[in-house]
Amino acid sequence: MDIGVIIENLPLYFKGLWVTIQLVTLALICGLLLAVPLALAASSRNTFMALLPKAYIYFFRGTPLLVQMYIIYYGMAQFEGVRESFIWVVFQEAYWCALIAFSFNTAAYTAEILRGSIEQTAFGEIEAAKACGMSTPTMYRRILLPGAFRRALPAYGNEVIFMLHGSALAGVITIVDLFGAARIVNSRHFVPFESYIAAGFFYLCMTFMIVWLFKLWEKRWHAHLRPRESVAGKDAALAPGGVSD
Amino acid sequence: MAESEPALVVEDIHKSFGNVDVLKGISLVAREHEVVSILGSSGSGKSTFLRCINLLETPNRGKVYVHGELIRMRERDGREAVPEDRRQVERIRSKLGMVFQQFNLWAHMTVMENVIEAPVHVLKVPKAEALERAEQVLHKVGMYERKDYYPAHLSGGQQQRAAIARALAMEPELMLFDEPTSALDPELVGEVLKVMRSLAEEGRTMLVVTHEMGFAKDVSNHVIFLHQGLVEESGVPDQVFSQPKSTRFRQFLAGTLK
Repeated sequence: MDIGVIIENLPLYFKGLWVTIQLVTLALICGLLLAVPLALAASSRNTFMALLPKAYIYFFRGTPLLVQMYIIYYGMAQFEGVRESFIWVVFQEAYWCALIAFSFNTAAYTAEILRGSIEQTAFGEIEAAKACGMSTPTMYRRILLPGAFRRALPAYGNEVIFMLHGSALAGVITIVDLFGAARIVNSRHFVPFESYIAAGFFYLCMTFMIVWLFKLWEKRWHAHLRPRESVAGKDAALAPGGVSD
Repeated sequence: MAESEPALVVEDIHKSFGNVDVLKGISLVAREHEVVSILGSSGSGKSTFLRCINLLETPNRGKVYVHGELIRMRERDGREAVPEDRRQVERIRSKLGMVFQQFNLWAHMTVMENVIEAPVHVLKVPKAEALERAEQVLHKVGMYERKDYYPAHLSGGQQQRAAIARALAMEPELMLFDEPTSALDPELVGEVLKVMRSLAEEGRTMLVVTHEMGFAKDVSNHVIFLHQGLVEESGVPDQVFSQPKSTRFRQFLAGTLK
């Protein structure tokens, strides 16, 4: 083990780490923003409206992220129309291509998670919202989506971790992310074990952070799903409810 | 009781699900401060009828007036009618407090959040005012001490009282109860009925679909009995319970009052 090489190259690793964090965070934000309307449309009872988002989800879950990224980065450049139009500034940059691929990919998975939890919404809660005169947009904003987001949280935590690990693919198309940095260190010093173990260690640390953050988040958002004891006193759930005035 | 303006007039409601005619022309008048009990065996259409009033079910035909205002519907041949104006439906619904058999509290909100939700986001009441009003109604139903609990941490009776508080917080002109005690353990029924009695004593106008004969007898001003989608018996409780005109109602009473 040649730890010295790693320490010597720590600045490069940190640079890569920062690119990874940027890419993943931006992709997750764009993906989530895209996923909400997709999920709403996909869970629509109108089959026609659900068709397009379902096809989108099917395509992006049905093909490997690497293939999607290659199509966007290498594939698009093949068309003269793309090269000559203003969008070429985007498609000629590996960074933007990776970001686009990651965003579209995570949007599809997130939409599918959300669609499931939207469809699980207790029908009675929607009826109660209607019965007190809530408009449909307010009902979605105040009742349906907050409930669905809460149910989706554990599965979404998983998706975030997948996205982090999937982002290593960026290193394949010349981006110096964490994995890209490891590749450079390996090619310069030929220490494959040390260089990749170091990258693995950083991924592990980030995963740990994500798990911890989601645990905190669940604690906040899942109070209504936990047994009463862990919330406060233990006088509640099983006590017969006499009118207490 | 002196004649007062009808809080609710329902005329000739028809409703079918597919080929099954559930309601075959039901009319009803509820005057202000009146409690009307709607009785009937299961499948008689009593819940469907109640849900047609606030359009949780859309009737095929018929008219509903709330304090003289007609809910404008466009009738279509053989199919459900469609509301002419969503906004009007939402506005009228906000005046009709509904209490469900399964409580239907919003699971991710505490009791207090459930109670202030519609006043703040439908009626646009300032939050401080909504909180103040919520405290009052929670005291009224005996749920103030449990205001920070989530529905899943409450017994059925407590959940139903919270649901009643949620309906009360809208200061409804009329309250609709859809079998409010049918999902409760027998020992929890009493606490909910007690709250409902106190609301009746306050002079609230209430329509109650129920199997609680005692409540119907003691509390209501008017009783209707539905059978196969039609009003089979109707009148003041004293008369209806002691001298029922219809054989069906007599059989129904014999079956339930044991």
